[in-house]
Amino acid sequence: MAATSATTATAKATAGTAAGPRRRRGRLGVQNAAGWLFSTPFLVLFATFMAFPILATLAMSFTDFGLRDVTDPFSAEFIGFENYTKLSEDEKFLKALFNTGYFVVVGVPLTVGAGLFAAVLLNSGVARMRTFFRVGFYAPVVTSIVAVAVVWRFVLDPGEGLIAGIAAEAGLTAPDFLGSEALAMPSLIVMAVWRNLGTAMVLFLAGLQAIPADVREAARIDGAGAWQEFRRITVPLLRPTMLYVSVMTSIAFLNVFEEPFVMTNGGPDDSTLTVSLDMYREGFNFFHMGYASAMAYVLFTVILAVTLLQLRLLKDKTR
Amino acid sequence: MTGHPPVRARRTRRWAVHAVLCAGLLVMAAPFVWMGLSAFKTDEELGASPTVWIPTEWTLEHFRELLELLDMAQHFFNSAFVATVVTLCNLVFCSMLGYALAKLRFAGKRPVFALVLGALMVPGNLMLMPMFVLMSRMELIDSYAALILPFAAGAFGVFLMRQFMLAIPDELLEAARIDGASEWYIFWRIAMPLVKPALATLAIFTFLQSWNNFLWPLVATNDPEKYTLPVALATFATDPTKADGSNGVLMAGAFLVVLPVLLVFVVLQRHFTQGIATAGLK
Repeated sequence: MAATSATTATAKATAGTAAGPRRRRGRLGVQNAAGWLFSTPFLVLFATFMAFPILATLAMSFTDFGLRDVTDPFSAEFIGFENYTKLSEDEKFLKALFNTGYFVVVGVPLTVGAGLFAAVLLNSGVARMRTFFRVGFYAPVVTSIVAVAVVWRFVLDPGEGLIAGIAAEAGLTAPDFLGSEALAMPSLIVMAVWRNLGTAMVLFLAGLQAIPADVREAARIDGAGAWQEFRRITVPLLRPTMLYVSVMTSIAFLNVFEEPFVMTNGGPDDSTLTVSLDMYREGFNFFHMGYASAMAYVLFTVILAVTLLQLRLLKDKTR
Repeated sequence: MTGHPPVRARRTRRWAVHAVLCAGLLVMAAPFVWMGLSAFKTDEELGASPTVWIPTEWTLEHFRELLELLDMAQHFFNSAFVATVVTLCNLVFCSMLGYALAKLRFAGKRPVFALVLGALMVPGNLMLMPMFVLMSRMELIDSYAALILPFAAGAFGVFLMRQFMLAIPDELLEAARIDGASEWYIFWRIAMPLVKPALATLAIFTFLQSWNNFLWPLVATNDPEKYTLPVALATFATDPTKADGSNGVLMAGAFLVVLPVLLVFVVLQRHFTQGIATAGLK
């Protein structure tokens, strides 16, 4: 579609002024038209499936949007901030908010730390077979999270599971990880670290390889040990990567849904109920879509706040 | 690292580094290995105590059972079809905009790029409810269109393609313009072939993301006939009437969902790591 009009236009423009100077009005006009035409598919899809829904969610969050309104959206009633006030008193939601926070506060540093650790080991001059290890550590990232959650549910199974089997070999009894209120969330966190550390590792490896060798060389000549080199050279120079990795991991973890959905169904006793899972249930099991929309916006606000906070915290330290 | 520590210290360090790496790799691989082994065990061996680590007689019983319970071929087709179309759309649409943002002068360039960056930051969950309403109103629930359209042009793809298009020398494009080539011709015949590696990376990423996508397909399909693989597996795994005591069947299911992806990944691993590193560094 973009092709035909742009083709003729360019042809005409060039025919007129075959070998003139670079900046010519006609040619810029062509570029302008082409630019907009090339943007069209993305912009149309963006408007329909992103911009409009984002605004619609906001609008819905101020209504009592329910099942009947799916067929007749404008019959939903405006109720002001009622959904939001209700949320602030909804113990289940507050618990979901707490659980999500728990997941992020413990899970993100572990993931980033493990990824950095693996990257530093692989980047050290002594490591052999780097590709082999890199592929191994990154493999969980590419797999379906649903399939992986199903596998982990079985790994943690108190009867037939992998960990129960290892414990039995050692003469111990493994706890019922996913059936225990205290252990269910930590189990999900371990699985999330396992699945996501590969992403962090690859990003850190790229960051490490961007540090010039002579900077390290200079530090070494000045008598820096391995630890000093890590503290004084690696960490400061990796700060942009650190920022990117922690922001991306935080956003992903704040949205955590599949793990509790498949592994625990939010249980036991809502101890692994996350905001996304609560939102999904309210929206699509009970069709309280107005209420669920308010949840979506609370989560979005939290994500925005966490991102801005991290931008500040990690940027300030870079002098 | 480039120094010359004493040979002895270096050797100790090498051992230590490899010991830690191997231990880590063991932990990373264990769930996959366990899944693979369990899928081929009989129910007796799965429930045996002490644990039977390696099946004594490999059986396909669980796979047979799985195929009776789920129409795996249909779900596989759904996933593959949706992922293929989504990938093709992204390759074309994201490259078009990426090219425009990198190489064309046009009035809306800055605001459009700002939109792309903004879109990168917005979590998908925020759009869930109105998207469902929209698709219901358009009577697209349970259609492939509902699974494809919302993902047909991702902001990540635009960003990635823009980064790679920036590296194309302007002189080349300018020369083509002077020769009378249209902007579409320049984009399609000159720019696109030059960014083939980037296209490969984007294709793999998009395909995988679509293949593994879960929440939206879960919401957008009610008819089991239209379930993608993850939705089918999750619905099966969380249905108390079906999943009753059938860990072996679940492992067979996970095996079929995970194995193709792992194989593809091992073959094409360079593109994966390259893509994610490029996106993170710039």
